[in-house]
Amino acid sequence: MTAVQSPFAIGCGDFRVSYRQDMAIYKNLRVRRRVMLLIILFFLFPILAPEYYVSLATMAGIASIGAIGLNILTGFTGQISLGVGAFLGVGGYASALLTTRLGIPFWFALPLSGIFTAGIGALFGIPSLRLKGLYLAMATLAAQVIIYFLFNHWDALTGGTGGLVVQRPSLAGFSLDSEMSYYYLMLVILILTALFTLNLFRSRVGRALVAVRDRDLAAEVMGINLFKYKIIAFAVSSFFIGVSGSLMGHYTLVITPENYGTQISIEYLAMILIGGLGSVMGSIYGAAFITLLPVVLRELMTAVREVFPNMESIFIGIKEIIFGGIIIIFLIYESEGLAKMWRNLKDYIKLWPFSY
Amino acid sequence: MDYFLQLTVSGFVLGSIYALVALGFVLIYKSSDAINFAQGEFLLIGTYVALTLVSAYHIPFLAAFILTLIFSAALGLLVERVVLRPFIGEPILSMIMATLGLSSLLGGIANVFWGTDTQVFPQVFPENPLTLGKIMVSPVYVWSLVIVFVLLGVFSLFFKYSRMGIAMRSSADDQQAALSMGISVKKVFAVTWAIAAMVSSVGGVLLANINGVNSSLASIGLKVLPVAILGGLDSIPGAIIGGFIIGILESLAGGYIDPLVGGGVKEVLPFVVLVLILMVKPYGLFGKREIERV
Repeated sequence: MTAVQSPFAIGCGDFRVSYRQDMAIYKNLRVRRRVMLLIILFFLFPILAPEYYVSLATMAGIASIGAIGLNILTGFTGQISLGVGAFLGVGGYASALLTTRLGIPFWFALPLSGIFTAGIGALFGIPSLRLKGLYLAMATLAAQVIIYFLFNHWDALTGGTGGLVVQRPSLAGFSLDSEMSYYYLMLVILILTALFTLNLFRSRVGRALVAVRDRDLAAEVMGINLFKYKIIAFAVSSFFIGVSGSLMGHYTLVITPENYGTQISIEYLAMILIGGLGSVMGSIYGAAFITLLPVVLRELMTAVREVFPNMESIFIGIKEIIFGGIIIIFLIYESEGLAKMWRNLKDYIKLWPFSY
Repeated sequence: MDYFLQLTVSGFVLGSIYALVALGFVLIYKSSDAINFAQGEFLLIGTYVALTLVSAYHIPFLAAFILTLIFSAALGLLVERVVLRPFIGEPILSMIMATLGLSSLLGGIANVFWGTDTQVFPQVFPENPLTLGKIMVSPVYVWSLVIVFVLLGVFSLFFKYSRMGIAMRSSADDQQAALSMGISVKKVFAVTWAIAAMVSSVGGVLLANINGVNSSLASIGLKVLPVAILGGLDSIPGAIIGGFIIGILESLAGGYIDPLVGGGVKEVLPFVVLVLILMVKPYGLFGKREIERV
């Protein structure tokens, strides 16, 4: 039976008879094969695609790692954070200082900068025990503004507005200078991040986090230590955001404060919202969407330049209008984001032509 | 000592404008449990409209000011109807994101129409500074202070005595009870947004007279958030007192600490104060403590 099915055949009458099946990452063998195929395609991508596209994919992938991190906190645990930009910066600066000042190799600096960011994140997570909703959003916004101020003004450590210059990492004498090699580095870390997060939410800790999101007081009544789990959420989330910041820093080779402003925090929130709150795949779709949006818009602008010559001057304005418009439209019409749209599409195809 | 007084006075004026803009936040939060991250953009657009009316169409300032208020009210109504209405009762994150999206959208519109260069607001108030004892005060400051206090007074009377004001207070208190008493909560929300847009454009025009107009004016929206939180999001007196505290602190920090560390303390200080206050009083100075039941 299975021998004749293509990996793209879509199952029908999919039902589960045990909790084990219900919790599995791959719901059945076909899904598993499909995911494997997809991953192989991702590994082949830089060989087949032009370098420019590889670099775009790298940017999107690095952003995905950060978006997954934010989704752990906001999507799965329900704690709003407006401080992602600053935490990306903490990761970036930590990694830059570790590699340039202390001479630690990138491969140790990467996890260390993640751990350092996790510490800072946990520190700013402490108020979350008492603050909720808007007040928590404000506390994280305050973290964003204060850390951003330090980036700009603690010249001795951060190099002020000039920033820091870093190097690409090298592996066994082979420097990851090319687009392709860095893409592979990003891909491996992204897959590890996604696997970790998927598994986290199959575990006891993950379910506790989801319980905190759904109703924190009820969770506490059931014996979940709110303080512990909220801090865990902040720390784990900040770890991935820090790793993402470090990867981004070593990719763009320069770390300056303007890459870590409030605007970036808003973009990351938009990523997980457009992608889908509480969905790992959604974070990746959303990150790709938001990263590629300005690129696609830029292309469109160049295309219509003959007709509207003054388009160039209002490009930033147009970009902001579309960015804001898309957020609002998604929120109104599909608040569960691209991940839900993708599921709806799959269900539609699965049931076609009997769409009920 | 003179320097200190000078700073305090300018901080007081700045604080009064903050109080005005924070009033917009508090009104919206009180009536609909939403926070408006686009307040700064309302302010920016209102200011640009006033500027365009005065400098491009040569309309006298007072008429232009009134037209701006009408425009802002219309903008507030439109935004409430199109963007915010679907989010009543939705999770807080959706609301935050919707207004963040709105702020990006409105900021983009302002950018497309008016660009990013700083433009000088035509002289409206007389130029010669007044001298009060030893300190010099520019008339703009005095006028700002007068206008802000008049507006704050008008609003407290409005909430106390007018039909609409009482309806607004009652729906802030308990939406269901208000509905059952025959109050149109939708209308209340609409009016709230219109008022919020109007007060922020007044704040914007006053600030423009002091500092000129450019797109960074919108950042006042984020800066006023600590003011609203400091006083407690649902307290109008809190917004006013918070405005003065932050304004004066900011001005003093700008005068005394900025030269030592090379600038920027002004921007970050409100947030430091915010964090400290939230650690001690999670609902701000005068905010109502929420009691939750499972």
